[in-house]
Amino acid sequence: MSSSGSGRPPAEAAPGWRHILDAGLAVFIKEVRSEVRTRYALNAVLLFAVCTIVAVSLGLGPIAPRRNPDLPLIQAALLWMAVLFAAFTGLARTFIQEEDARTAAALRLAAPALAVFLGKAWFNTLLLGLLTSLSAALFLVLLRVGVADLAQFCLVLALGSAGLVAATTLIAAIIARASARGALFAVLSFPLLTPLLVVAIRATALAIEGVTWAVIGPPLQILAAYAIALFTASLLLFDVVWEA
Amino acid sequence: MSTALVLDVQRLGCAYGARPLFSELSLRITGGQVLVIAGANGSGKSTLIRVLCGLQRPQHGEVQWWRDGVMRAPAAASGWIGWVAPDVQLYRELTARENLEFFARVRGMPRHPAELDALLDDSGLGGRGDDRLAAYSSGMQQRLRYACALLHDPPFLLLDEPTVTLDARGADIVARLIAARRRHGIIVIATNDPREEQYADVIIRLGQAAR
Repeated sequence: MSSSGSGRPPAEAAPGWRHILDAGLAVFIKEVRSEVRTRYALNAVLLFAVCTIVAVSLGLGPIAPRRNPDLPLIQAALLWMAVLFAAFTGLARTFIQEEDARTAAALRLAAPALAVFLGKAWFNTLLLGLLTSLSAALFLVLLRVGVADLAQFCLVLALGSAGLVAATTLIAAIIARASARGALFAVLSFPLLTPLLVVAIRATALAIEGVTWAVIGPPLQILAAYAIALFTASLLLFDVVWEA
Repeated sequence: MSTALVLDVQRLGCAYGARPLFSELSLRITGGQVLVIAGANGSGKSTLIRVLCGLQRPQHGEVQWWRDGVMRAPAAASGWIGWVAPDVQLYRELTARENLEFFARVRGMPRHPAELDALLDDSGLGGRGDDRLAAYSSGMQQRLRYACALLHDPPFLLLDEPTVTLDARGADIVARLIAARRRHGIIVIATNDPREEQYADVIIRLGQAAR
């Protein structure tokens, strides 16, 4: 053995990408398996989304026939509010559950931090994908919203959801060990998600109206750039957050 | 006695709020030795174990794990360390086998089902591998913690209250494990059970001078 006075030893070999991806897949499968057996997040998220959209539809009734130039914007805002608040109730679960069940320490010791982030982010993507699909379907049916370009509408929802997952997964890891998690999650998420929501609502309104791809292109690019930037920042920062 | 494995602790100090738990703690343990950390409840035994395995940062001092001339700080040494503690929980909604498969895979060393069966048998859980942990008693969960800690065949074992919740047969399995592992590695035991001090080559009593 070298003595401690012989200088710093070789640096710790970082886990290879293949190991990280496989471990991330293991975390994802574990999350899905746990969720299927407990339905902790799925029930909370879907119930919240359904209740919100049904309440809105009962309160407002079918608003499509009414003449209002701002109608697509109002409809888009209602849809994203339902998705956002439902996401708040469920997306933090993956990390909070680890802390509450006291499994986080074992996970920290065994899994590379990046793998944990990837597995949880993939699970949140699946969860939010289900939530957004159901919310959008209910929204279109109950509020009788006529979407002029369904492809644009779906693309906006997909890119907006990707940005939502990228931002909230990291914030969930930050707040998981705090005491007032619910409030903290909303407080930290709000400034980060406001730009995303503003663009997503406007882009959704454009898709409902039905505009050319040239018109909706810039907001779609912003949504994609936001998701990529937040995902990259989360990848770089997660190690610090998770090991803290 | 092998010097390929070394635990080197230098001037380690930790406090809980304003209350110091230990300070200026220095020791050097080499391969083949068992370190026992003794002390009353609340003396900082579990905190020291968590610092050694990198789950908690000390206020000052340094911990180095050495293996064949390569040193790793605790946070980077998790691949070398097996940790068993009452506050380590496994996934209750998964079966014992699924837990083992999961931890083996995230460690980058997936195990063949036959290897997992052998591990479960060694832990006294043979035949119960497909039961969810929610149906396990606390003693069975402790046995599974040992199985998980040994999945990657670590040279360093950190055991916090090693026989807590175990029955006589479980305690016997732990005694055999310590006897087998001490020949090839370093074992650190935190306990307030005087019977477990018999394993010690080096013993420190938190709150008192090291012996």
